[in-house]
Amino acid sequence: MKLLRILSLIGCLLLIAGCGANTITRGSAVNTGSGDDTGDDFTGIEDSVIDTESEYAYFSKDYFDYEIGDRVFFALNESALSNEAKEILIEQADWLQRNSDTTITIEGHADERGTREYNLALGARRSEAVRTFLLQQGVDAVRMSTVSYGKERPFAACSDETCWSKNRRVVTLIEETAGS
Amino acid sequence: MRLAFRVLSFLAIVSFLGGQGSAQSRSDGPLQIEINEGIIQLFPIAAPQFIAESSGTTKQAKDITDLILSNLERTGLFKIVPESSHIGKITNFDSPVQFSDWKAINVDVLLTGAVAHGEDGNLVVKIRLHDVFAESSLGQGVLYRGTESNWRRLAHKISDVIYSRITGEGGYFDTRIAFISEFGTKTNRTKRLTIMDYDGANVRFLTDGTSLILAPRFSPEGNELIYTSYRTGKPSVFRLNLRNGRETRVLDTPDMTFSPRFSPDGKNVMFSRTTRGNTDIYETNLSTNEARRITRNRAIDTAPTYSPDGKSIAFESDRSGTTQIYTMNLRGGNVSRISFGEGTYGTPVWSPRGDYIAFTKQVGNIFHVGVMLADGTEERLLSRSFLDEGPTWAPNGRVLLFFREEPGERGGPSLYSVDLTGRNLTKLDTPNFASDPTWSPLR
Repeated sequence: MKLLRILSLIGCLLLIAGCGANTITRGSAVNTGSGDDTGDDFTGIEDSVIDTESEYAYFSKDYFDYEIGDRVFFALNESALSNEAKEILIEQADWLQRNSDTTITIEGHADERGTREYNLALGARRSEAVRTFLLQQGVDAVRMSTVSYGKERPFAACSDETCWSKNRRVVTLIEETAGS
Repeated sequence: MRLAFRVLSFLAIVSFLGGQGSAQSRSDGPLQIEINEGIIQLFPIAAPQFIAESSGTTKQAKDITDLILSNLERTGLFKIVPESSHIGKITNFDSPVQFSDWKAINVDVLLTGAVAHGEDGNLVVKIRLHDVFAESSLGQGVLYRGTESNWRRLAHKISDVIYSRITGEGGYFDTRIAFISEFGTKTNRTKRLTIMDYDGANVRFLTDGTSLILAPRFSPEGNELIYTSYRTGKPSVFRLNLRNGRETRVLDTPDMTFSPRFSPDGKNVMFSRTTRGNTDIYETNLSTNEARRITRNRAIDTAPTYSPDGKSIAFESDRSGTTQIYTMNLRGGNVSRISFGEGTYGTPVWSPRGDYIAFTKQVGNIFHVGVMLADGTEERLLSRSFLDEGPTWAPNGRVLLFFREEPGERGGPSLYSVDLTGRNLTKLDTPNFASDPTWSPLR
């Protein structure tokens, strides 16, 4: 069940547009766990994923990672935040304010076009741009650390712009706190 | 006389090829340089298998002869005249050479050698070079001793002598290459610091892959490596003593430090340090551990390299809006941009001879490794691919290594060597994907 929920959340992520709070329900037939029965019996029935966390989903790391979005993207060789990135970071900051016992690592990344050294520095510029923005939004500096991975940790492996645009990113990594 | 003339003309051809590229680079209009794979006349050399002077050294004699010939052939400068064409036979190292036998097959230089076991059990290798047309010895004979297990080094040392006598330049065979071995998928690479002989033999892993390691550089003595490691969680400069295995951090700071390089005297390290997202160049004295800031600029300043005399620095910076190469003095003054061609330039590396600066250049979606004089003139591109990066010089400043990354999900990097002239582009054999090479000094 947990897997399903994550899958649906990933679905939201892929669609990029923020999914609403009702994404924990699915309209289509799902595998009930008793084999491959996804037949007609289930069409038209709204199948809910039972999840004990759903009532406080907002306060989960999954919500941050997939509902708000844990990452923002950049143009080639750029570290300036787009409006879209700022909107995501405003939501991230809001979440961080309301989950005040969490700490974050802000990871800056670059695509593979460029030298190793330059991309390390570029990743650092990008992570600093995010850190500064979150700071302006009221997130306490002591909760934030930054690291650059340059081009060392691409998210997508192909060698064209469809992947490079996903790799020019800053990921806000929530450190799991006790009890979560 | 004749040999001296041939050697001179051979070197002249090499320089002339260099000149050709530069002539094109200085022409009017956009910088457009053809990679010149010009053909030069190869230098014919023959080496009958070395004589096994004591019993039980036949295999060693063959292996050492073969390795020397393989070294010479890899330079792309020599033509090895195979034993099957030889008329004369060498049966005794000290017997006079019948020069007419070698003239007849157009050999310029004849190499003779002998291998024996010394009284201490060590291998003893003797060689002589003969100028076939002058019918005389080319310099004194040379003798090297070493343990059996070091037979490859013996062969490399002798190769260096031969190369040096014939070309008049230092060799690069008794050297090592440190690099990064890459394992795993493209999105989750494991990187291990690795060292091997210049020819790919004796591969040793120096780290276990727990931490990402990037861009090692040899110390001037060749007994230390300096590199960027994620051991602390973020990129930090570490040095590794190859004699005692001790790894130490160069500057204790929460800031990211990377792209380190030793000064020519080995006393200082220059590197990039990132504070609040801004990357500048610093130098640390290794005995006092005090860091001195050299650039003070909102741009990315990285990839510093010392000139061999230790008085100048070349580095890359995007202060003009795109990444370009600059030179400056040790105090960060007298800054001068030296790259002006199309595209962006990075990773400058000063030649050990002081004349050229090697670089990585990106034009659109193509990467090149190239060289230019320290004032930015005579730019010449030596390679071209989806991603060529990270040049390093052979100690004689005539050959470069770099890495080339193949595109795509399954693509990965390999090491390549290329002559200063753009000739003899050769892929090196490594057991795994390999990147970030650094060439040791001559041992």
